[in-house]
Order: sequence, then C-alpha cells, then structure tokens
Amino acid sequence: MAHIQIDDLRRILVACAGEDDGIDLSGDILDTSFGDLGYDSLALMETAARIERDYGVALADDVIADARTPRDLLDLVNRAVPADAR
Amino acid sequence: MNGRTDSGADAVVVTGVSVVAPGGLGTEEYWKSVLTGRSGIGELTRFDVTRYPARLAGQIRDFEAADHLPSRLLPQTDVSTRYALAAAAWALADAGVAAGTLPDYDMGVVTSTSQGGFEFTHREFNKLWSKGPQHVSVYESFAWFYAVNTGQISIRHGMRGPSAALVAEQAGGLDAVGHARRTVRRGTRLVLSGGVDSAFDPWGWVAQSASGRVTTATDPERAYLPFDTAASGHVPAEGGAILVVEDAGSARLRGAERIYGTLAGYASTFDPRPGSGRPPGLRRTAELALADAGLAPGDVDVVFADAAGVPELDRAEAAAISGLFGPNAVPVTAPKSVTGRMYAGGGPADLVAALLAVRDSVVPATAHTTSVPAGYGIDLVLGEPRALPVRAALVLARGRWGFNSAVVVTGPTR
Repeated sequence: MAHIQIDDLRRILVACAGEDDGIDLSGDILDTSFGDLGYDSLALMETAARIERDYGVALADDVIADARTPRDLLDLVNRAVPADAR
Repeated sequence: MNGRTDSGADAVVVTGVSVVAPGGLGTEEYWKSVLTGRSGIGELTRFDVTRYPARLAGQIRDFEAADHLPSRLLPQTDVSTRYALAAAAWALADAGVAAGTLPDYDMGVVTSTSQGGFEFTHREFNKLWSKGPQHVSVYESFAWFYAVNTGQISIRHGMRGPSAALVAEQAGGLDAVGHARRTVRRGTRLVLSGGVDSAFDPWGWVAQSASGRVTTATDPERAYLPFDTAASGHVPAEGGAILVVEDAGSARLRGAERIYGTLAGYASTFDPRPGSGRPPGLRRTAELALADAGLAPGDVDVVFADAAGVPELDRAEAAAISGLFGPNAVPVTAPKSVTGRMYAGGGPADLVAALLAVRDSVVPATAHTTSVPAGYGIDLVLGEPRALPVRAALVLARGRWGFNSAVVVTGPTR
C-alpha cells in the first residue's frame, strides 16, 4: 500500500504547479479546498501524474476531479491499490 | 464606447510600451542598446551548437524568470510565454494601468508568436520518447500553443475583452497591433498587444535554419548585415515587445500619464504566388498603410525596414521603398541589426523604437552594415544615430511565405 502524507503532497504540489504567492502552504491545509490554495484542475492532473510515478497509484481523471481538498486526495491515494500489486 | 464604427473613430494611441530583447531587457535598456549599437548577438549557449551550420543568435542572457513571474506560472510556461508575461506586466505598469483601473471586459489582449512554445515542447517530447506518456506535463496541452500568450496575459491581468492571436511569421507582430487598433475602434477601451518568439532548443534551431535564410557567419559583427553588399542571411533572435493600445478618449478619461504616439495607419497584404510575374506586396502594403493614415510619402520622416539580410529580399525591399518615396528620399533604418530577427517580436520592437524616435527626435543607425549597393537607392542610416524631428514613421515587416504588414505611427501632437 502506498502511504502519502500531507508533507509529501505539499512538495509534489509545489513541484508540479508552483505555489500562490498569497497562500501559506505550510499551515494546516488538509481541509482547505484546492481552489482556495490556488490549484486548478490541470494542477491536480499534473499532481496525480507525479503521484502515479512516485507511488505507483493510478487515479482516473474523473476520480481526481472529485478530490476537493488535500485530505480527499490523500485518502484516495492511500486507499488505492498500487498498480503493481493488482 | 459602443456602436462606433471603424470610420471616423477617435485616434488609437499607445500609452505604454515594453521590450524584452537581446542586449536590452526593458524599454530603456533596449533603446540604449539600439542607439549605441550595443549588440546582443553572440554564439548560442542554450545547447552545444558547435556542430550546427548556424551558431550565432540574438539570445537574451539576463532574464531570470523567477525574478519576474510567480512560481505558479513557471511549471506551465515556455520561455517565450515568460517573456510575453514579463513584457505585458511592464507595459501595463508603464501605462499606469493596474487591476481595477478599467473594467475587465473593457480590456483585451491580441498577441502574435510565430513559433509557439518550442523549448517546452522539445523537453516534453523528450520525456515522451525516453520515459513514456505518463511523464509528459499536462501543461504541454497549451504551453506549445500560438494563443497561449494571449490567454496567459488575459488570465493574469483579468483582461476579458475581445482577444485574439495572429500568426504570420515576422509580419505577425504588426498584424497583432493592427488588430488591436481595430478592436479598440470596435469599442474595447484598451488592448494589450505585440508579439514575442523564442525557439533556441535544438529542434527549434534546426527548424529556423531550414528556412535557408539564417546566416552561417561566425563573426557577430559581420553576421546580420541588412542591405549590405555582404548580406548573408539573418541571425535568429528571441524576445519581442508589448504595447498598451488605447482609445485616445479613454486614455484622457483615466488620466493616462503619457501618450507615445498614435497608431495612424495599418495595412497587410499577401504576395502573389511564386512565378505569377506580379510584384511582391510590400510596396502596396506601405501605400495602403499611408492611405489609412491619411499621409503622403513626403510626410514620413523615417522608415523602419523589415531588413531581411538576404540580398534578394533586401533588393526587393529597397525597390519598394525607393519606388514609393523616391531614391534616397527618406531615412531608412533597421535597429534589429543589434538584436537579430525576433520574428513576431520584431515588428512590435520596431514600433517601440519608432515611438522612441518620435519622443527623442533621433533615428538609430543600422549597426554592422557598412556598404549599401548604390543601386538600392535608399538612405540607410549608418554609423551614428541621426538627430531629426520624427513626426511620422513607417514600420515594415515581411513574414516568410508571403506576409507583408505595415504600421504608421505619428507623434502625440500631430
């Protein structure tokens, strides 16, 4: 099972899509919406692609679109079965 | 502002400018490089060019994207888009336009690029071939695209008015400004316009060389020599310029700090098919632009030439200019001799140079060129800048495959 934590997600988000100058990502962002964090649907797709490469977990685009907050996305990844374990 | 037609409209003016060019980052640095002949041409250093036939480029060497753009925009932008975004912000600042100065639907964006996001795409293709499709950035979906600069500028500055992207190789930048003028006349108060290009990855470099118009000379001082007897092609360059194009009445209304000049005339034509026996369209383009401006050839104080640097094309342009104005009757110059050809960025940079020539009453020289064939019949400004009052300037551009465009700018008091 993959296990990704909020700090991993922070790092991946910044690497994939930069960070909004007016937003402090280091705070408690688990339940802040991606929209409020400055990340749009493309940023999330890019992030999901990176997660797939790093953690072996593939998430369909429509599944990613349902993740509204970092907690949602972490749950999706951590519950998913890695592709190589199927 | 609504319901106005193209005829009898208020003047369309330029209230802000900005240039990102080799040897000159920002308007005044660019202008200084043009006036002093400080060249931005040197050996391309983005990759190893030693085994390529062409090695000289007009490369921007002092632009750190992270200094000019928010980190959100870095993963999703090609270098050309970064230039466009930086130049757009500087032009708006120059015009004194900030968020909220005008309603978002009263501001549009019309830009040109001839090459799109080459370097970004090359990098992503490399990942595709070597690692697989899941490694390709999702941002490739738009980072390559000709309209991306218009879109990114529009999003960043909240400019939701009528917007467009035009592609016509080196002529496209003037076409964008011409369309910006048309857009203002149709009722949009302000349009950010101009063009940029950059394609200095190996793929982009080869694509440019394939035109057969790129010089293989190795001495930066003797490489791009427009109108010279030794002309051997052009030096490819990157960069461009962005202008704030505005309705004169609107500019007055918001208390614009300065007006650089008026976009008095614009025209574009397309060359006849090769072998038709009919002449190329450049002269007719200049005539149409002057007619659009309501000016006669004698009213024009300087011509900013397309300056292909290819003998056959130089001869054709010289014939168009001397035919329209008379032999040696008007000063002609090509400030792009210090930058190289910036493709879609070239025309807008020339427009800025023309507006600064109006402001400072000086015509920059054509650097590096020394010996113009007498038969060309043009008074090319050589050596030193020439001091003279500039009330009206004609800017010409030709794009490969037959595009011709011309813009006439006049001083603010005309």
